[in-house]
Amino acid sequence: MKKICRALAAVSIMAAAASAQAQAPDPLQVRSWAASCANCHGTNGRAQPGMESLAGVAKEDIAKKMLDYKAGRRPATVMHQLAKGYSDEQIEAIAGYFAAQKK
Amino acid sequence: MKRRLLLQAGSAAGALGLAGCASIGGSGAKVVVVGGGYGGATAAKYVRMWSDYGIDVTLVEPNAAFVSCPISNLVIGGSKTLGDITTPYDNLEKRHGVKVVKDYVTSIDPEKRMIKLASGGELPYDRLILSPGIDFMLEGLPGLRQPGAQEKVLHAWKAGPQTVALRRQLQAMPDGGVYALTIPLAPYRCPPGPYERACQVAHYFSKAKPKSKVLILDENDDVTSKGPLFKKAWAERYKGIVEYRSKHKVVDVDVATHTLKFEFNDDIKASVLNVLPPMRAGEVAVKTGLATANRRWCEVDFLTFESKAAKNIHVLGDAIQVAPLMPKSGHMANQHGKTCAAAVVALVTGKPVNPLPIYNNTCYSFVSDEDVVHVASVHRYDAAQKTMLTVPGSGGVSTMANELEGRYAMAWARNIWADTLA
Repeated sequence: MKKICRALAAVSIMAAAASAQAQAPDPLQVRSWAASCANCHGTNGRAQPGMESLAGVAKEDIAKKMLDYKAGRRPATVMHQLAKGYSDEQIEAIAGYFAAQKK
Repeated sequence: MKRRLLLQAGSAAGALGLAGCASIGGSGAKVVVVGGGYGGATAAKYVRMWSDYGIDVTLVEPNAAFVSCPISNLVIGGSKTLGDITTPYDNLEKRHGVKVVKDYVTSIDPEKRMIKLASGGELPYDRLILSPGIDFMLEGLPGLRQPGAQEKVLHAWKAGPQTVALRRQLQAMPDGGVYALTIPLAPYRCPPGPYERACQVAHYFSKAKPKSKVLILDENDDVTSKGPLFKKAWAERYKGIVEYRSKHKVVDVDVATHTLKFEFNDDIKASVLNVLPPMRAGEVAVKTGLATANRRWCEVDFLTFESKAAKNIHVLGDAIQVAPLMPKSGHMANQHGKTCAAAVVALVTGKPVNPLPIYNNTCYSFVSDEDVVHVASVHRYDAAQKTMLTVPGSGGVSTMANELEGRYAMAWARNIWADTLA
């Protein structure tokens, strides 16, 4: 339950941040976008063995990797194809969601 | 209300300590999920999680455990067992407080918002999430409707006992025999699945029965997914074993003589017949009048997955009339489950529904016991066309079959099984 409270606290902090920046997407929308990564990277970014966990990884690190995949600067099997499906702002928002999750 | 929820969900919800955290989604609404596959099980878990365990969720599923269709072709090829692809439903109950009912839905009353169970019970719902998978259309295959025919000529397109039975048929086949696999016109469940199966059987034959053949008889004009990658595997790895023939529409099966009859082509006799009949949405969806597209698939609103034919009923997974270029896959059904769960939580708590769903599909196919090819795509809601469209410039396939993606494919499986069920 503590985990859930922490996650909710993270969401409400994000909500506060969102209202401060008028352009920032709705935190529940970002949660849904991030959930589409969970098929491979685990629920809330906590992965099973053999795949990279995203939970608690610094926002800048996730965003940089994704933008590098998107630009073709970083080799990949799948991620260069998936990263191209998201705008830079969506990537930033999703990276922020995972950074706020408990490892 | 919390006390009532605790009693309903039993010790599972108790272990979560519902009183420990102020609820944001504690509406007390009743959500019933029908079908515990990739779509339904995911929806059940995420409705619980995203309502802060405030919405009461009951999952109705006839099978005792989840058996994955993805990876099941490896059981047929002999490099995995049924145990490797089976996951119990325990964690949905223990960790998430989903009430799992082992039963089969016989009818749905959309007016009374009530479902009837085979055991005789009834379940009321505020929102119904229906993830019934596929059923087979045997109208055009009279031979398969004869008594006992379907125990002899298998589809093995719902992972479980038929998966093991097909493996046994291949083991019993003498070397020098022919395994014939027929593929219906798209759309059907798992576009690359039949071609992966052909690779798995060919892999087994190449090791154990090198004089045997795999004959693919496809009603489609060409291989429907990852075509160049599969054709390369057949031409190079399985030269002399696999033969692919397009435009072969099966019109009957003579089970006694192991003979396939086609609309335009000559009869074909084979040692093991594996017939994938045409498919449609699971029977309960068709019976409820939800299969409005060609009486086969269920049309939905892609923001909520609510049926276009019945209010308060959401349909997920292989049963839906898909958006353009959206595959009928387990990965996609899991994404449907989460999109629908978020919408259902929003709807019952009076919050706005996400106006821009974005999700992806990644599908790995094993061309041997370790080398894999993938196809990936990203799908985004288009408000003007009210459907999901692939994002231009995104997605693609492997450049060649490789072992690294074989490891990723198994990691994908472990992760999606956990995301769906743990």
